Amino acid sequence: MEESLLRVEELHKSFGDLEVLRGVSLVLSQGRKLSIIGPSGSGKSTLLRCINYLEEPTKGHIYVNGHLVGEKLVDGRYVRMSSKELAPQRAEIGMVFQNFYLWPHLTARENVAIGPQRVRGLSKKDSLDLADMMLEKVRMARKRDEYPERLSGGQQQRVAIARALAQEPRLMLFDEPTSALDPELVGEVLKVIYELADEGRTMVLVTHEIGFAQEVSDEVIFVDKGRVAAHGPPCDVLQNPQQERLCSFLGKLLGS
Amino acid sequence: MSEFLQIYAENWSDWWPQLVPAMWNTVALTALSYLFAVVLGIILALGKLSKIRVVRALCKSYIEFVRGIPALAILFLLYFALVPLGIVFNSFTAAVIGLGMNQGGYMAEVFRGGIEALHKGQREAALAVGMTPVKAYRNIIMPQAIRIVLPPLLNMLINLLKDTSICSLISAPELMLRAKDIASMSFRPMHIYLLIGVLYFTMAWPLSMITRRVEAHMHRGRRSTV
Amino acid sequence: MLEFLPFDPWKAVQFSQVLLRGAIMTVQITAGALVIAIVLGLMMAVIKTSRVRVVRFLVDAYIEIFRGIPALTLLFILYFGLAYSGLQIKSVPAAILGLGLVGCATLTEVFRSGFEALHHGQREAALAVGMTPIMAMRNIILPQAVRITLPPIGNYAIGLLKDTAIVSAIAAPEIMFYARNLVTSTFDTTTIYVLAAILYFCLSFPLARIVSRLEERRRSWQ
Repeated sequence: MEESLLRVEELHKSFGDLEVLRGVSLVLSQGRKLSIIGPSGSGKSTLLRCINYLEEPTKGHIYVNGHLVGEKLVDGRYVRMSSKELAPQRAEIGMVFQNFYLWPHLTARENVAIGPQRVRGLSKKDSLDLADMMLEKVRMARKRDEYPERLSGGQQQRVAIARALAQEPRLMLFDEPTSALDPELVGEVLKVIYELADEGRTMVLVTHEIGFAQEVSDEVIFVDKGRVAAHGPPCDVLQNPQQERLCSFLGKLLGS
Repeated sequence: MSEFLQIYAENWSDWWPQLVPAMWNTVALTALSYLFAVVLGIILALGKLSKIRVVRALCKSYIEFVRGIPALAILFLLYFALVPLGIVFNSFTAAVIGLGMNQGGYMAEVFRGGIEALHKGQREAALAVGMTPVKAYRNIIMPQAIRIVLPPLLNMLINLLKDTSICSLISAPELMLRAKDIASMSFRPMHIYLLIGVLYFTMAWPLSMITRRVEAHMHRGRRSTV
Repeated sequence: MLEFLPFDPWKAVQFSQVLLRGAIMTVQITAGALVIAIVLGLMMAVIKTSRVRVVRFLVDAYIEIFRGIPALTLLFILYFGLAYSGLQIKSVPAAILGLGLVGCATLTEVFRSGFEALHHGQREAALAVGMTPIMAMRNIILPQAVRITLPPIGNYAIGLLKDTAIVSAIAAPEIMFYARNLVTSTFDTTTIYVLAAILYFCLSFPLARIVSRLEERRRSWQ
C-alpha cells in the first residue's frame, strides 16, 4: 500500500455559527494532483487553508507524510501546536494565494530568497542563487530586480509560485491561482503550473478552470455545502457528472 | 488623599461660581471661532479651485502660511502686533478671529476633499442613470461629500475646544485664564489645574464619543482603501 | 531711504539673533517630545494588541484622557501643580514631558492603524513560507509599518513644532518666550511677533515639504 502524502480525516470547520466544512476526508498519494472544484462558499478554499493550518479546523485531523499537522498528541489528547512548532511544518508545504500576496517592500528576487534565508537558514548567497533558479523556472529571471508593483498580475503570480518552489516543498497548494488575473494573463500561469505537475510534484489545486483541472489532475473532488459531493478521476467527474448539483455547477461554469 | 479632596470641598462654593461663566465663555469662543473657520474654510477651498490664477495663489499661500505657524503666533499678531498700526481688538475678538483664521486653513483642505468628491465620475454616473442634476446632487453627491467631510470637521471642533486654552495667554476671558487667577489667589495650583483638566475633559469627551460614532457610521460598508 | 520701510531693519536683525537662540530650544523641545511620543506610542500600540481586556482598557483610557485635555493644562499641572506639591520640574523637562505625554496618545492611533493597513494576506504569506509570527513581524510587517507611518508621524512632528510655542507660558526659553521678553523691553510688538512668525514658518515649511514628498511616494506604493 502506498504511504499517502496527504491525509485529511473528517474535517469540520465553523466560523462562529456558520459551518463551512461538514466532514471532509481525502487521501492523496505522492506525485498525484488533486483539483478541488465547487461553487462559491462551498468551503473549498477553507479546506485548502486548513491543510497548512492557516485555518484551524474545528474537528478532524490533517496528516502530511504521516505527521500530524498543527497539532500534537500529548498524553493521548490532541493539543494545538505553538507557532514556533507550526512554522517548520508550513515550510514543507508551499502555498500560492489567489491574490499573490507578494511583499511590496522586496524585489521579486528578495521575495523568493527571504524564505530560504530566514526560515531555512541558508546563506544569503545560496538563497539568492536558489531564488534565481526558481525565477528562471517560472521565466521571470529578467524581472528579478523589479518590485511587485511594477509587475503584471500574471508576473506577480509566477513570482509567488517561485517563492513557494524555493521552499522545496513536499506538497504544493494552489488557492484559485488564476481567479484574480485578467484573462490574457491566465495562460502563462497555467503553463507554469502544468510544467510543475509534469515534474511529478504532489499538488492540490482549488480552481475554476475546468479545462485545466481536466488536463492536470489525477483526481477531482467536487465540494458542495461543506461536503465532498463527488470524487474520482477527471473524466468521471467532469465528463460524466452524476449528481444534479454538479451538473448544474459545471453547466453554469462552462456556459453550455 | 482625603486631605486633598477636602480642599475641593472647602473651596467649591468660591471656585465654582467663578468657573461656570468662564466655561460658558470657552464654549462661546469655541462656537464662534468654529463658525468663522468653517466659513473661511469654504471660501479658501473654493478659492483654491478657482480658475483665476491670482486667487488660487493667494489662497494657497494663505493656507500654507497659516498652517506653518503656531496658533499662538497668530493670536499674538492680532492682539499685540496690530496695535502700533492702529488696529486694536479686544482679547475675545482677537481670540475668535485668530483661532478661526488658523483652523480655517486646515478646514480648507477638508472642504477641498469634499468638493472634489463632487467632481468625480460619480456625478456622471448619476446623470447617466437618468437622475436630474438636482437628484444626483441630493442622493449621490452630497451624501458622499458629507461622509468625507464630517469626521475631520468633528475632530477639528474638539481641537478647537482645547485650543481655546491658549487664548488665556492673550488674556481672553475663558476657562484657563480664570483658573490662573484662582490659582494665584488661592495658592492651590494643583487642585485648580486638575479641576479644569477634568472640566475640559467633560466638555471634550462627549464630542469625542459622537465623533467616534459618526466615524464608525461613515465607514459602514466601505472597504478600507488603504 | 530706509525710512520707507515699515520697520527698522537693524533692530530686526538684532531681534532675529535673539529669536534664533530660542529656535534652537524649540527644536530641542520638539525632538525630545517626539522621541517620548514615538516610544510610548509604539509601546501602547503593541500593548493594545493584547488579549487582556483590562490592559486594552487602560491604554484606551489613557488615550481618551490625554486627548481630552489641552496640552497647556497638562503643562501647568506638571510645572506649577507639582511644584506646589513639592516636586519642582524645570520648565524644559516639563515641556518635553507634557508634550510627549499628549503626543503619544495621538501616535498610538497612528501606529495602530499602520499595523492594520498592512493587508493580512502578507502576514499569511509569511506564515505560509514557514516564518514564525515573530519573524513575520520583523521581516515583513515592521519594515512596511515604518514606511506607512512615516508621513503621519512627520505631520505630527510639524504640529508639535508649532505647539512648542505654548511652553513659553511655563517659561521655557524657546522662540515665543524670547519674543515676549523682547516685547516687554522694547514694545516693538509688530516687528518682533512678525519675525517670530516667520521664524516658525521657516522651521516648519521644509518639514512640510518633506512630508508631502513622503506622502506622494507612499501613494505610489499602493
